[in-house]
Amino acid sequence: MNILKLIESFTNEGVIKSLGEKQSRRDSFAQFGKIGAGAAMAALPLSMLFTTKARAQSSTPETATAALQLALTLEYLEDEFYAIALDTNGLIPAADQAIIAQISQHEADHVAFLQQALGNAAPAKPEFDFTGAQGGAQPALLDPFGDYATFLAVAQAFEDTGVRAYKGQAGNLMSNGDLLTAALQIHSVEARHASQIRRLRGQKGWITGNSRGDLPSFTQPIYDGEQNTVHGGANIVGLTATNGPALTNNGATESFDEILTGQQATTIASIFIVP
Amino acid sequence: MKKTKVSVNEVATGSLTSRRSFLKISGLTLAGTGLLLAGCSDDDDAGRNVDPSQLPGIRNGVFDLGGGDAGILTYAYALEQLEADFYTRVVNSNTFGATFNGEEQQVLADLYQHEVYHREFFRVAIAAALEGTDGMLLPDLEFSYDSVNFSNRTSVLATAKALEDTGVSAYNGAGRYITNPDYLVIAGKIVSIEARHASAIRSLINPGSADFAGNDVVDGNGLDKAQKPSQIVPVVASLDFIQTAFTAQYLP
Repeated sequence: MNILKLIESFTNEGVIKSLGEKQSRRDSFAQFGKIGAGAAMAALPLSMLFTTKARAQSSTPETATAALQLALTLEYLEDEFYAIALDTNGLIPAADQAIIAQISQHEADHVAFLQQALGNAAPAKPEFDFTGAQGGAQPALLDPFGDYATFLAVAQAFEDTGVRAYKGQAGNLMSNGDLLTAALQIHSVEARHASQIRRLRGQKGWITGNSRGDLPSFTQPIYDGEQNTVHGGANIVGLTATNGPALTNNGATESFDEILTGQQATTIASIFIVP
Repeated sequence: MKKTKVSVNEVATGSLTSRRSFLKISGLTLAGTGLLLAGCSDDDDAGRNVDPSQLPGIRNGVFDLGGGDAGILTYAYALEQLEADFYTRVVNSNTFGATFNGEEQQVLADLYQHEVYHREFFRVAIAAALEGTDGMLLPDLEFSYDSVNFSNRTSVLATAKALEDTGVSAYNGAGRYITNPDYLVIAGKIVSIEARHASAIRSLINPGSADFAGNDVVDGNGLDKAQKPSQIVPVVASLDFIQTAFTAQYLP
């Protein structure tokens, strides 16, 4: 199955229903398979879709396929990271096991979903080095599987990156409402994860200003730009509450998340990818 | 004794303002209409809400949220009005400090900030987009919370959870109907905040569990809920918090 098939298959009501009704992934995929023959039919509408596609500002990649490929790479990263952690004896305290296991399950689900969606266009899983040593090419930056606090810090970095990266690709998926909706549905799950990981670390669930908190300095690009308070040309700083406590500038920066472009997200992920 | 004040009319009919008057509006819906129509492959019902004359405003004595991008933004504004009003009452309650511990107070105070910012953002952004078109900005809705005990931690947190999860599902479901990429990005900037909120509230209710992204909201593909406006509006109406009548005749 490839992306063309997915797009057409998404227009099949049965598949849409299956996505909405919490059927198992296996069930959904079986349905994808049944209607995979619709690829040829998809050729005409697709050519229209991609030529009339709306563009997100200065965002690369700029096609729906490339957007999903970036998403899959980020999901590979998260999935392997949590899977290794769960397999590392003594790393995750019993009190947090249910949380990390749930996140790990979702990342595995996202990998499978995007792999199936992309079919032959799915990139292979990169080789990751979560110490940041690039496979030994340079000194390690971190020891995430030897120290739980470090593990959580890196998890926060990944989740906050994921939220911004998916948001940045939304415009590239506007040509197909079903793909866009699925991406949005993953995006909000990443945001739920981000909030939970941040709160486990004693941080707020949301980002204040462009603060990386206590994360190491190489993570700053994940937070750059988060201080923005101008949305659609309207600066929300200076807006006032009609009833209730005064609004704060911190609240203004926290109340909207920001995008990362495809290039920015790729650069961040590359810290952990062996070249 | 209250009657249901919010209604959804499934039939997209009604008086339409002229195309000429629509064209005066600064690109709110016009630019994206062609794109959306081109993107409909077959049975997609997105086309139902793109009539460019379906602007927000009073119809038959009741405010209708309108269709197209203006309608989606106004719909979001209505939901944000509800969330903002709810948290305003939470933090203004004279039992706030006695009902919630320090961590909970911090979270609820932050949610108050964020939701009021969202509401006030939509107020100015929609007013700017509809500049020169009187009567199209959704008025301030009135709210009542007879089923909520603001001095009861469980009651407030359960209500917050319902509102935040509904907000996530609503934005996720509405995104595909937005035709202007800038508005889509703005909706994306807000929905992840709603999801961060939902996660935090859920973890306050059931810490140390998988509930922050529980299987009741995330399916077997790892996907959060997404419901279109015609599914969300009845859910919100059933909470019976919104006391001002409005309709959503032109939203999908």
